[in-house]
Amino acid sequence: MEKNVQQFPPFREPQAPAVHEEHGHHGHDEHHHDEHHEHAEPGFITKYIFSTDHKVIGIQYGLMSLLFMLFGFGLMLLMRWQIAHPGKAVPLFGPVLEKMLGQMASGGVISPELYNSFGAMHGTIMVFLGVVPLAFAAFGNYVVPLMIGAPDMTFPRINMASFHAFFLGGVVMLVSFFVPGGAAQAGWTSYSPLATTIPTNGQAFWLVGMVLLITSSLLGAVNFIATIIQLRAPGMTWMRLPFFVWAQFVTAFILLLAFPPLEAAGLLQLMDNVAHTSFFLPTGLAVGGRLADISGGGSPLLWQHLFWFLGHPEVYVLILPAMGIVCEVIANNTRKPIWGYKSLVYSALFVGFLSFIVWAHHMYMTGMGQTIATFFQTTTMIISIPSVIILTCLFISLWGGSIRINTPMLFVLGFLPMFGIGGLTGLPLGLAAADLYLHDTYYIIAHFHYVVAPGTIFALFAGVYYWFPKMTGRRMNEFWGRVHFWCSFVFMNIVFMPMFMQGIKGMLRRMSDGGANYSAARVPGAIDTLPDSVMHLNTTILWAAIGLGIAQIPFIINLFYSIYHGEKVNSNNPWGATTLEWQTPTPPPHGNFTVEPQVARGPYEYSVPGAAKDFTPQNEAGGPPAPATHAH
Amino acid sequence: MEIPYTTQVRPDTGLYNAKLGIWLFLASEVMLFGGLFSAYVLLRVGSPEGFWPHGWLSVTLGTVNTLILALSAITTLLAWVACKVNDFRQFKLFHGLTLVLALSFLCIKSYEYHDKWIHYEIHLKDGRIADGHLEEQDEKTVTISGRIIPGDQEQLLYDLRAQKSIPRDEIKLDRSNILKMENYGPRHNTFTAIYFTMTGLHALHILGGCVVIGFLWGPGSRMWKTDHARFTNRIEISGLFWHFVDLVWIFLFPVLYLT
Repeated sequence: MEKNVQQFPPFREPQAPAVHEEHGHHGHDEHHHDEHHEHAEPGFITKYIFSTDHKVIGIQYGLMSLLFMLFGFGLMLLMRWQIAHPGKAVPLFGPVLEKMLGQMASGGVISPELYNSFGAMHGTIMVFLGVVPLAFAAFGNYVVPLMIGAPDMTFPRINMASFHAFFLGGVVMLVSFFVPGGAAQAGWTSYSPLATTIPTNGQAFWLVGMVLLITSSLLGAVNFIATIIQLRAPGMTWMRLPFFVWAQFVTAFILLLAFPPLEAAGLLQLMDNVAHTSFFLPTGLAVGGRLADISGGGSPLLWQHLFWFLGHPEVYVLILPAMGIVCEVIANNTRKPIWGYKSLVYSALFVGFLSFIVWAHHMYMTGMGQTIATFFQTTTMIISIPSVIILTCLFISLWGGSIRINTPMLFVLGFLPMFGIGGLTGLPLGLAAADLYLHDTYYIIAHFHYVVAPGTIFALFAGVYYWFPKMTGRRMNEFWGRVHFWCSFVFMNIVFMPMFMQGIKGMLRRMSDGGANYSAARVPGAIDTLPDSVMHLNTTILWAAIGLGIAQIPFIINLFYSIYHGEKVNSNNPWGATTLEWQTPTPPPHGNFTVEPQVARGPYEYSVPGAAKDFTPQNEAGGPPAPATHAH
Repeated sequence: MEIPYTTQVRPDTGLYNAKLGIWLFLASEVMLFGGLFSAYVLLRVGSPEGFWPHGWLSVTLGTVNTLILALSAITTLLAWVACKVNDFRQFKLFHGLTLVLALSFLCIKSYEYHDKWIHYEIHLKDGRIADGHLEEQDEKTVTISGRIIPGDQEQLLYDLRAQKSIPRDEIKLDRSNILKMENYGPRHNTFTAIYFTMTGLHALHILGGCVVIGFLWGPGSRMWKTDHARFTNRIEISGLFWHFVDLVWIFLFPVLYLT
């Protein structure tokens, strides 16, 4: 298609003259480079920040969340140092920490309080400011409207508001590090009454930040669902949607319905912290040996229920978009249709539904009755079935394909076994008997990090490498991409694999000295009291984590260098993909498509017998009719 | 390409974009208030026998507010009808009425809040409890209009109807006799906490509705001439939100006032 941007009316924005700027700011569009400078430069920033174009918003989300992920990773490195060398000053960053945070890091040593707030904020930032915005908001915003053949999201201004709420939420979270008492210290789960009794204003900031982030997700979710339902191009029937769109659709529903209860819980806890109510504070609560001055009568369990009612569906918010990306990359690089498209779709829907009735498996330790535990064990075991179906479909899709190995494909191939490990090690945790032992140990840390870090985040890297040419018109460097993958893959495993062992040996999470005191107090020869061999692993993990950090440097440089200097793509469809986002000009202009696409076939028509090429784009008319197995 | 279906209906879904959007938004609102209602249930079930307040709120005022909201639901609907039949004067009248009703709801609500705010429970050093509305106070004394309840009948505090056996009186208390003095604010007990939180969140929704309705009644109504179909849709969307807010109150009223 012609790269003729001038044809596009700047829709819905009478005051905006700046169609070129919308994509010109990437600095790669040479045709419009001059015009880009002719337009008033001050308007550039305004236009970038207050953009209503789904692609710009997607990139805004992407950059923000990558930055937050880097920050969250930094917090984790500091914590790993403290765990491996408890009470020793942090090298290099110690003086900086002391200067910025004062008392909490006196002498450059991470105090237990600071460790706790790093722990709480690492979790919060990684989940709510890192992975969810990257997987759902960034990729969803950029890719979903393109994939379904829509000109934009249904509500562009709400989309902008959603990003602004997200940005504000992030700022509030960051500011909370510097308020009296420091950032929230009650873990990312923010259990009451701990969250109320810790003397810090950071918790109130955390709650306000969460309310903003929830509002952002909510607006995003409404927008995504409405877009997918209303703006599908002609001929884009439900069973012709790429699986990525389905995954985002289910994710959006989970966000829409699971987040509000946490918002309610957040408001109640905010009342507890600010207005001194007792929603989550029981009668007779003693703080520091004295009876707390509260009315009492509240229920700490209420918080846990409301939190995990979001908390568990949240897990699927983290993983479903990643599965969507994996599916797209696999179909594209095996050059054959996805195996079991319908199974994938129905499994995703089933997961979405079931994710609402498994939450209490996070609460076996609360002394719930046998009946309730049985119910939640059953649902938990059932929900593993659709997840396994999805993973199996993806594995079988590899079978018999002439697989193109490139960076996105490498990350996807890394995702499959890593997510498998993460998922399977979750099964013991879903059974109350095993969970009582493993609860709150490093085993569970290893389990969910396998799901999210080498799982979801690998898929997200794959997405970055895969869609980068569409966003910029240039490829990322292949060699450094592979370096990034292999180093990340190796270090990731050295970081998380030993944690299974530490957990099984009884090392509890949230101990600011990494179990040193506990281990030192052990009876010689007693079982499960953290022998030296287990404690030494802390050092191994520290160095692997540092290695993992260094392994991200090629990615960061590659990402920014390639925007300007990467190898130019020679067509709009460099990967030879079938889905609609590749049938637009590169990068897509405001309004996306030059002509409204007419969808004639299913999403994965690769290597159709008799076709001229080994891929048939969805909007290509004529040709052999779409095989019934994956088109309708 | 323009964004399609902003005003006209998409044939296969039978909806225009904003209508789907508002229904989705309302679904999330159901979950938000659902979370709060389940919190209410858990707190109430968990409270010790006889210590969940009864009759603390004025049923009369609650009923008046319920009627006001019910009436406003009718006027919103009539405003939308006026849009459909293209009668601008009627629209202005009914939409204006909705706004007036919404504001009077908020006035009554703030009066109720104030009433709770100046209502004090005062524990005296001799074990008795003084309970009533603050009349005046200075450095030495506190005057309330209310009742003195014997220390061994603390349960009476939680049941206003049973309390009526004790005559209401103007009571002057010496500050030196007061052990603890606390108003019926959110921190007083879990009932006032959930009462203020739920009705407060609901009042915020009413306030948001007022802003939207006020905008559509005033400056926003210029769209009547420029894009009538879209304006009608806006009235319908805001009306859907308004009906939802009314509906929440229909649940709040019995749960908080009539028990």
